[in-house]
Amino acid sequence: MTASALRKPAPKPPLLEVSGLSKSYGTQVGCRDISFAVRPGEVLGIVGESGSGKSTLLACLSGRLQPDTGSISYDMKDRGPVDILTLCEPERRRLARTDWGIVHQNPRDGLRLDVSAGGNIGERPMALGARHYGNIRTEAQDWLQKVEIDLARTDDRPRTFSGGMQQRLQIARNLVTRPRLVFMDEPTGGLDVSVQARLLDLLRGLVRELGVAAIIVTHDLAVVRLLADRLMVMQRGRVIEEGLTDQVLDDPHHPYTQLLVSSVLQV
Amino acid sequence: MSAGTTMNHSDNGYNFAYLDEQTKRMIRRSLLKALSIPGYQVPFGGREMPLAYGWGTGGIQVTAAVIGPDDWLKVIDQGADDTTNAVSIRRFFQTVADVAVTESTEVATIIQTRHRIPETPLKEGQVLVYQVPQPEPLQKIEPRETETRKMHAYAEYGAMQVTLYEDVAHFGRIAKTYDYPAIVNGRHLMSPSPIPKFDNPKMENNPAIQLFGAGREKRIYAVPPYTSVRSLDFDDHPFEVQTWKGSCALCGSTTSYLDEMITDDRGSRMFVCSDTDFCNTRQAEAASAPDDKAAGEDA
Amino acid sequence: MAYVAVKGGEQAILNTHKLISESRRGNPDLAELTLAQISEQFALAVDRVMTEGSVYDRELAALALKQAQGDAVEAIFLLRAYRTTLPRIALSEPIDTAKMTIRRRISATFKDIPGGQVLGPTYDYTHRLLDFALAAEGLERPNAELAREPLDGATPRVIDLLDSEGLIEAESDDRAGECFDLTREPMRFPAGRDQRLQNLARGDEGFMLGLAYSTVRGYGGAHPFVGELRVGEIEVEIVPEELGFPIVVAEVTVTECQMINQFRGTAATPPQFTRGYGLAFGHNERKAMAMSLVDRAMRARELGEDVRYPAQDEEFVLSHTDNVEASGMVSHFKLPHYVDFQAELALVRQLRAEHAVTRAEAQMKEVAE
Repeated sequence: MTASALRKPAPKPPLLEVSGLSKSYGTQVGCRDISFAVRPGEVLGIVGESGSGKSTLLACLSGRLQPDTGSISYDMKDRGPVDILTLCEPERRRLARTDWGIVHQNPRDGLRLDVSAGGNIGERPMALGARHYGNIRTEAQDWLQKVEIDLARTDDRPRTFSGGMQQRLQIARNLVTRPRLVFMDEPTGGLDVSVQARLLDLLRGLVRELGVAAIIVTHDLAVVRLLADRLMVMQRGRVIEEGLTDQVLDDPHHPYTQLLVSSVLQV
Repeated sequence: MSAGTTMNHSDNGYNFAYLDEQTKRMIRRSLLKALSIPGYQVPFGGREMPLAYGWGTGGIQVTAAVIGPDDWLKVIDQGADDTTNAVSIRRFFQTVADVAVTESTEVATIIQTRHRIPETPLKEGQVLVYQVPQPEPLQKIEPRETETRKMHAYAEYGAMQVTLYEDVAHFGRIAKTYDYPAIVNGRHLMSPSPIPKFDNPKMENNPAIQLFGAGREKRIYAVPPYTSVRSLDFDDHPFEVQTWKGSCALCGSTTSYLDEMITDDRGSRMFVCSDTDFCNTRQAEAASAPDDKAAGEDA
Repeated sequence: MAYVAVKGGEQAILNTHKLISESRRGNPDLAELTLAQISEQFALAVDRVMTEGSVYDRELAALALKQAQGDAVEAIFLLRAYRTTLPRIALSEPIDTAKMTIRRRISATFKDIPGGQVLGPTYDYTHRLLDFALAAEGLERPNAELAREPLDGATPRVIDLLDSEGLIEAESDDRAGECFDLTREPMRFPAGRDQRLQNLARGDEGFMLGLAYSTVRGYGGAHPFVGELRVGEIEVEIVPEELGFPIVVAEVTVTECQMINQFRGTAATPPQFTRGYGLAFGHNERKAMAMSLVDRAMRARELGEDVRYPAQDEEFVLSHTDNVEASGMVSHFKLPHYVDFQAELALVRQLRAEHAVTRAEAQMKEVAE
């Protein structure tokens, strides 16, 4: 399942390339001197405990936080690689709602709770100019099926959905415009274990089917084991180990990674 | 809008049209900016007027800034010249500007309105001043001005379309009946003020100057003559206006916006034109043409 | 015709004006209130109207109160509308409250302060017992005795004493003398502190009090100390261009509150206290204190605190403080909305008709099955 990176020995040019990224809050370090690249269709997992800087990093990458130093180069569809920190705000906002997706840990942060499931999925196409109600609805229902939500719930508000359904709806709302890069922040956090497994299965299928690249931040090693091609382990704001997921998990080098792996896998 | 001095000549102690000349100039500058960027809400230093906010302070300031001694002013509320607020505003300008007033849409050079556009088509040279309680069409979706400002700046109107989608999903049709949002000049999303959507098509390509004043929110916006005003809709659920089965009980019009009157405690009702000038004119015409028995026929 | 009665007539409006005049006067057998009586004996009401009406003129404020039958919000509205017609002659120099002629001056942070605690006229230490003696007219009222010696001339602001030690954040003029003018420009967000303070100074006392209260009840995490509250007279100066030096044009009474608040400090700045500021015309401690609490709450963003509660949200607070705007908007729902209501009525009727058809069809189907 994590073999896709191995199957493609000649790597495509990176979709996202981060170098020397740092962000601190006063004396507290958020993340320090982070560099890495994500290629098209590649899934990168970032693991670490809370406070390790992974959420700060994700917020910087997705444009929600301004880093202190560093650059974030993104291969834009029409312009090639651009440092997104130099983009003006409308360009960044447009990128965020067309070519990117952001799946929040709490689906309430990523959904409009007083708008129907269909409307939630339809928002992005409408923002891009879709003006045919029937087509918008059909597309929304296609996506509801993809994320295994009963079509009878199309006009229901997500307020009435279970946590797992809300999370699946959030994923559909993001993927409907076929973004090339999706940021996910603890996508299975706060869900029951059985619900988590189903969601992970679904996510894995969708990511592979659409060939979308993803950056997944989590403290849950099972999530990255299932989804990520490559892995970065963070501690106190720094990347302490990185590599192919299987390599890192099966043969951890850094003592902290060893601790992390042993504490989870032996349970 | 006539040139000529508007300095204080009245004996009531107030400057012509209440506002001082500096304030009028400030408002005129805002109006020019608004006309240059159709549908864009220009912040202006709105003043406190002797009328309560929400009762037409924006419209009054705009009218005060453009009115001259030679103007003919018409004031309507709900389409009618004799509603309390219309009477009050008309009296205000008679007091502070000693200006000629009229109920005739034809004769008026400035028409200040709340909630309606007259049925009689407007002409070049006329100014229609709308009173606007809430200028921000996006406010129901996003209460923060810092955010709505960006949405306008970047033309991010997808969320507005979502509200229409929700209507169709829940009611089978777009359920907005008044204050129906429109795109002006292909660019800015605009609140037409709480006019019924029946009046929206009248804004499109209108020869008159349309000025919108929101006093409490301190915003001015405008639609210049002959500008496109497109009401939001879907290709498969196009914009539609209200229709009535019957006709006006007084003048027989079948094309005007009708108000419902409850005439007794048994629920009897009749429908009459909301535009009193339009209705009165038609009744007078019918009376002066006794041969024409069928008053219900429309021109 | 029946429908004519629905729409208002010009005569009816004129009649309401006469009626209000009559009810304002009340029983004509009783003496009419004079402006001097209102100004002298309802001084605190006059102070509030001047503050929120943004005009320092006791006589005009008393007139507004008389005209409004004592309704403070209506009186404030009258004063504001009148203010629109006043020419702007000059901008005053900033007032220096350290030079205030003190009437009352207290600090909750130090037991003794240079210049001393001056209790002055206040209800704070009274029992709120209805004083039936006041119901009687013409009785002798007690007078306060004159102090044996005058107040210490030097009454430095308590907050300046902390400032000299660096214990409280320094206050700087970030607009280089330029000042936002809320009465001439519309509000802008994000708002500078000058704009916020102007808005709060004009803001409704009741709303501000409620907001301030919320900040100390868990909706804002405030831990305030009254650094100093002072009431007294202060001179207002202008610098006429042709003279080039300041001249005194007025003496006004103001209430000033300097609230001291907690702050953790950051990497760059060591821990120190932060400020909240309140100022009101006349004697109005409730308003000045509430203002200083809300001012501090709204500084959350600039101080790097989470913005989670209503009082910390400047767009929410500043957009809703003004009672002239608020009462106008709320009262406007009394205006006719026939046209919009007719539009909604037609839609609801249509939807109900369709609903009935759909249900009937469903029942037919059920029966058929």
